[in-house]
Amino acid sequence: MDYDKGIEVFPTTIWSAGAGCHGACGQKLYVKDGKLIKVEGDENASWNQGRSCPRVLALTQYVYHPDRLTTPLKRIGNRGEGKFEPISWDEAYNICETKLKKIRDEFGAESVVFAQGTGRDVGGPISFLCYNYGSPNWVQLGLSGQSCYTPRLGGMKATMGDFSVMDAGQFSAERFDDPEYEVPKVILVWGQNPPPTCSDGFFGHWVVDCMKRGSKIISIDPRNTWMSTRAEHHLQIRPGTDGALALGMLNIIINEKLYDKNFVDKWTYGFEKLKERVQEYPVDKVSKITWIPEKLIIAAARLYANSSPAAIHWGVPIDMCPEGTTVAQAITQLWSITGNIDIPGGNVIARPSHGVTTYPYSTEELVELYGQELVDKLNRLRIGCDTYPMVKGFRGWAQPDMAIDQIDSGKPYPIKAAWIQTANVLGGQAARAKFHYEALKKLDFVVVVDLFHNPTSMALADIVLPAATFAEKDSFRSWWVPLGVMHKVIEVGECKSDWEINIEMANRLNPNCKYKNVKELINDRLSVAGMTFDELVAQGSQAMPPKGHSSRPYRRHEKGLLRHDGKPGFTTETGRVELYSKAFESWGVDPLPFYREPAQSPVNSPELYAKYPLIMITGARSHMFFHSEHRMIPWLREKNPEPYVEVHPETAKTFGVYDGEWIHLENDMGKVKRKVRISLRVHPQMIHTLHGWWKPEMKGSEPDLFGVWDYQINQIVPGPQDSNSGFGGGQYKTTLCKLSKIRE
Amino acid sequence: MSKNGLLIHYDYCTGCQSCAVACQQEHDFPAGKCGIEVTEYVYEAIRKPVAIDFLPFPTELCDLCINRYQQGEKPACVKHCQAACMSFGSLTELVQQMEITPRSVLFSPR
Ligand code: SF4
Ligand code: SF4
Ligand code: SF4
Repeated sequence: MDYDKGIEVFPTTIWSAGAGCHGACGQKLYVKDGKLIKVEGDENASWNQGRSCPRVLALTQYVYHPDRLTTPLKRIGNRGEGKFEPISWDEAYNICETKLKKIRDEFGAESVVFAQGTGRDVGGPISFLCYNYGSPNWVQLGLSGQSCYTPRLGGMKATMGDFSVMDAGQFSAERFDDPEYEVPKVILVWGQNPPPTCSDGFFGHWVVDCMKRGSKIISIDPRNTWMSTRAEHHLQIRPGTDGALALGMLNIIINEKLYDKNFVDKWTYGFEKLKERVQEYPVDKVSKITWIPEKLIIAAARLYANSSPAAIHWGVPIDMCPEGTTVAQAITQLWSITGNIDIPGGNVIARPSHGVTTYPYSTEELVELYGQELVDKLNRLRIGCDTYPMVKGFRGWAQPDMAIDQIDSGKPYPIKAAWIQTANVLGGQAARAKFHYEALKKLDFVVVVDLFHNPTSMALADIVLPAATFAEKDSFRSWWVPLGVMHKVIEVGECKSDWEINIEMANRLNPNCKYKNVKELINDRLSVAGMTFDELVAQGSQAMPPKGHSSRPYRRHEKGLLRHDGKPGFTTETGRVELYSKAFESWGVDPLPFYREPAQSPVNSPELYAKYPLIMITGARSHMFFHSEHRMIPWLREKNPEPYVEVHPETAKTFGVYDGEWIHLENDMGKVKRKVRISLRVHPQMIHTLHGWWKPEMKGSEPDLFGVWDYQINQIVPGPQDSNSGFGGGQYKTTLCKLSKIRE
Repeated sequence: MSKNGLLIHYDYCTGCQSCAVACQQEHDFPAGKCGIEVTEYVYEAIRKPVAIDFLPFPTELCDLCINRYQQGEKPACVKHCQAACMSFGSLTELVQQMEITPRSVLFSPR
């Protein structure tokens, strides 16, 4: 590449549509004559050290795709007819302003829900708009039990008062070369095949980097994966039973006295009570529940507990277990009692870099920004806060399963409109997808903000607003490290960033809106880091927290870096890691971990199991696609052209299906098309298939909706969530089904 | 000077396909054309019930990123490989490297 020929290179940070992920890699954008011509990994970014995933390398095909939405649109036909006309931003804003103000006057701001999908940088802008409008109902609509990281966050918070991640040296720019760092001797990879993506702010291939440096792997996965086949021990678990396994491992580690006695004595609370509870989970019982041989459970527990440092890296299946928060609690206890908290190569406490947050968390900050009235509404009118104390007490979301029920029933108060932002609810996350479709069609007014038309925009939108990729916007991120910024280097049509759209809209809906433009807001939120947006751009778009800062490891509980009062200890009521959780107690949740069988399972619903003898696993990450995105990108789609289902050879024989055959996955909720891939990757009693499928090449208007009702797997996933705390238990990995022949 | 080639330490290849898309982007190949194709192998093994491996194979279209080479840059696939399991260099050196990386293959493209 010749830099002299008018090509400019801009280093930036990723966290948005385009690549789609939750990572924070550094990429270099090559721009010529205002056009993006190439993307390359940034060698100077310690996060990825020059590496890139296929989705970011295909960015030029995404950015300039002929199907990109490039102007605001207004629906002119009936809903679902697919007839839209381009309008100006001003006209679009005028329509939204008039409609939303009228609804607010007549029904109250709470009758509008503000829906997002997967996290990324949309959380900031959408909560900002939601709260400036005055609604308490910010929701991950369709995501049953909010079963994606939030339950794990809840389990960690209720135990340690903080969050935690596996230490791959990511908090230091020197990474593996930092003299303070040590590679985990053992990594317990629980419910994830890390390579396909960068989930939860973690570069998947860091686990591979550690393996090269000697880390042994224990893999807990119902499937055979690249990772599990390279593991010291592979525990092929029955989906949804992770809670029993965690309790069984705690039982072994406690009864065999393999835990870190010093740490337990000095830093934990409630050990004796936990010890008593785990006696209910002897290994023979756990083996029967989980389908894992006893000797493997024992070997894994011993290897993990006897290795120091050892780390646990986990995935979304934990959230999707019944009572996901409780399962996360038990796993948090594993790294706690083995003394692996905040040590090099263990599970380090993870805080947003430099203390910067993209949206306010504390009540004080919320009051300052949006007034006491909004905070009262959050505690009174937010959907789910009356039913679930944990929903009320932990973070600001509305409960998704209750939200769709309320949209459908109008009770206890009517929902009149939805602002759906970069979230393909119907083609993506919605369990009971058809029910979501029917319920959402009842709304008076729906705005969809997105980059491409999709089943959701086609079926529901009255107004469509075109959003930008990370190359086309100014934005920022801070979970966990680095502190990073995206900055606008190209423009596509009239697309605007989520931040831009929502700040402009918020100013129309709230005359007291604090910020008038994006830079003002970003700089204000960056101020605790002592840096401005422009300074971060100038230094290559990323910064690491300095040594001694509370967002940088290690051993902060010893140094008094965690608590507001500056005393050593953790940010819990007792100042200790609460193995008996006071927070859970206050939320009416069992303070100690317990196991509950999935709603649909061979044990819990034998009649259903007789009819539908296969456990269907969905929701795995893909190298090519992020959830329901990227199906229109040629370089990616060609590598996974059709939605397939992995079927074990024996199972294929039983059902009489052959490799490559199109079949239905079926249960009482309906049937979904899949192409059979016969594979030893799966257990004979399980099948595995990817979620998020629709076909952009098919007709968008009703009834086709891009083939969503042929391929959307979540239409046969039931709801509501299988959990009593409101968090966790989306049944995406435990639904029963069978294979059936397609007869046409 | 010996000829250049690609060493792939396939034990670590995760099948991520970054090499393939990096190659397509670099050469402006449309879908369907690529300098490297990744194949998955799932099979019964001796020491474990199931083995899963991936192997990237440089096709006729691989020119070892001659343009990048002239600019002093690594091939696009090697640079972006997420598992950092690809090396570019002279075949003589790569053969030596291979001795300490079991489960690897050496390619000597055109
Ligand atoms: S998935 Fe990982 S490599 Fe790809 S864009 Fe996201 S952070 Fe970067
Ligand atoms: S060396 Fe270059 S041309 Fe060959 S496969 Fe790699 S990226 Fe493609
Ligand atoms: S980029 Fe590397 S890890 Fe990924 S498929 Fe290619 S060789 Fe394998």
